[in-house]
Amino acid sequence: MASLGSARRSSYLAYSVPVLSVLVALIIGAIMLVMLDASPAEGVKAMFDGAFGSGEALISTALKATPLLLVGVGITIAFRANVINIGGEGQMVAGGLLSTATALWLGDALPALIMVPLVLIAGIIGGAIWGSVPGALKAYYGVNEILSTIMLNIVAVQLMNFLLRGPMIDPGEIDRGTRIPQTERLPEAADLPLILGSDRLHIGPLIAILAAIAAYILLWRTPLGYRVRAVGQNPDASKYAGIPVKRTVTLALTMSGAMAGLAGAVLVFGSESHRMVTDGSTAGFTGSAGFNGIVAALFGGLHPLWTIPASFLFGGLLVGGNALQRAVQVPSALILALNGLVVIFVVSTDRYKKLLRERASAAETAAKLAEQENEDPVPAAVGAVEDGPPDRAGPASDDAGGEQGSGEQ
Amino acid sequence: MSDFFTEAVLIATVAGGIRLAVPLLLAALGETFGQRSGVLNLGVDGIMLLGAFTGYYTVLKTGNVWYGLLAGIAIGIVLGLASSLISVTLQAEQGISGIGVYLFGLGMSDLLFQRLVGTPVPITKFPKIDIPGLSDIPWLGGMFFSHSVVVYLAFLSVPVAMFIINKTNFGMNIRAVGENPEAADSLGVSVSRVRYATVTIGGTLAGAAGAALAIDLGIFQQNLTNAQGFIAIALVYFGAWRPLGVMAGALLYGFVNSLVLQFKTLGIIPQSWSDIAAMAPAIITILALVIVARRFRAPSALTKPFTRGT
Repeated sequence: MASLGSARRSSYLAYSVPVLSVLVALIIGAIMLVMLDASPAEGVKAMFDGAFGSGEALISTALKATPLLLVGVGITIAFRANVINIGGEGQMVAGGLLSTATALWLGDALPALIMVPLVLIAGIIGGAIWGSVPGALKAYYGVNEILSTIMLNIVAVQLMNFLLRGPMIDPGEIDRGTRIPQTERLPEAADLPLILGSDRLHIGPLIAILAAIAAYILLWRTPLGYRVRAVGQNPDASKYAGIPVKRTVTLALTMSGAMAGLAGAVLVFGSESHRMVTDGSTAGFTGSAGFNGIVAALFGGLHPLWTIPASFLFGGLLVGGNALQRAVQVPSALILALNGLVVIFVVSTDRYKKLLRERASAAETAAKLAEQENEDPVPAAVGAVEDGPPDRAGPASDDAGGEQGSGEQ
Repeated sequence: MSDFFTEAVLIATVAGGIRLAVPLLLAALGETFGQRSGVLNLGVDGIMLLGAFTGYYTVLKTGNVWYGLLAGIAIGIVLGLASSLISVTLQAEQGISGIGVYLFGLGMSDLLFQRLVGTPVPITKFPKIDIPGLSDIPWLGGMFFSHSVVVYLAFLSVPVAMFIINKTNFGMNIRAVGENPEAADSLGVSVSRVRYATVTIGGTLAGAAGAALAIDLGIFQQNLTNAQGFIAIALVYFGAWRPLGVMAGALLYGFVNSLVLQFKTLGIIPQSWSDIAAMAPAIITILALVIVARRFRAPSALTKPFTRGT
């Protein structure tokens, strides 16, 4: 029993590592507030109230969390195949552009019931195309996907600037001579439907949560998901087992891009202006969600379901950052810097977390074996089916293992 | 188009290309050291941004461009050491930890700029040095021999880097650690010490690159580098991990950008199409990555942390 207890302790410690990372980052943030002559107490209160303090605040947080969650889920899918997708920004832009072009092309002819799914699918396709290129380049030519996705981010932003300054610009901007690079008001039938009687909460957050659940089912309940995870864990063994490794890698980045593309479409059709606008940079359109989604996914243990609360937390942090700026005049760029620290802390402590996990599972196995020797002469299969890569297995799958353990007592 | 083929414009285009290549060249040379030893530092852009702000702010306060460059180098050393700690000692996943450094640098440089400066104030730029004799050569003088000291230093560092990597003991250790850390370790080479050194060299040059960029432009703004740090990393692949190749890549980038800029100013291509033209370097880089991936081999231990006895 004592060793089962130590297993629990090790595994709780393992879960607490990312939480501690965020706490440390927030403490550093508070120290920075002091150094910038702002009251940390006032700052933290403003952030919390701004992000979670009221119904409207929660709506802002949910809306901010939506692209983070979609991108984060995409990151998770790619990462399970051992592919690092840094191209979320470009894939969001590609999805936004294709969905916008589709809406402009279809015009007012169709009802919302058809229009909304159509533009969202267009976004998915746009992102998928933008993800499939680096996927295929990695799988078939051995091109490092980190670099190719970053290069495609640069291509995407130029494409966006070109299209929104030229072919897709609002004709009114040309007539008036103002030439603001934005489309006209997109067809109303494509506006994301509002829910819960709010005047700005749309179905975007719901779509993102459904996408996360779908990704979970895909990864752990379908043959394709199994292949993705197998390739990620051991490409050589997968090849011998007859899994088409190259196609699977390409597909993983394509699906990852599709999620980011959907995020881009949600941003356009859920925006308050209902236009696609550029300020010349990707961040101007995405709000850096392509990068912040990585933070949320990492914090969620690279598990689609845990990425849901993680995105909500980081969405809150971003909304709180704006409140912070208003309350104590500290630029919200602080939040971006803190997000960077969270990433650094989470990945730097990953090895320590793995060690704790290994210790936990070793201690648990030993405890179980000891118990079974006492009670049951036939050894049951313990941990025969690994659920996900052992080093990055999400907390959910480990919880299931824990329940089995206690059930046997 | 005929406007383009005048002496003044051609000289300006070539000289501009060389100038634009400098930050990329410095950052990419630094990254070459890290990658040859097996460490992919993705945080270059973040270090460049903080180097750029520090350099800018120092010049703004002191009026001395050299203090600015030194300040950029100093912040580069600190961040290079931090990056070493993260990827060598803590063995963080290199594909992601660098994104953390990037986000930190992007946010922090913007935060400091908004809080300490606010509205962009132009600063003193590097003085131009005409090399006696050479700068008087028609055409070539204006193109190659009328630059700031930083430009000359950046290009001088190419042969220096080649010498260090290929001819010195330290360089041999770098290559050994990058190709086969176990073997290097068994021969008594400290893998982590070599990697700390190379990643810190990378950070130092990235800080210098950022400061050089800000002082060359005489200005700072949010996201000043505009992903140049990432392009520098791609250039290391582009140049197949060799300083000369890296320099060729940086010059190509500089020239293409200078050409697009010049075409835009002269109205040879319409304003809106300049966005399409600006895609060219990124697309060329992707194509180059394909070619390099087929013909050259990355250092075997690249992105793989080293633990003794495994």
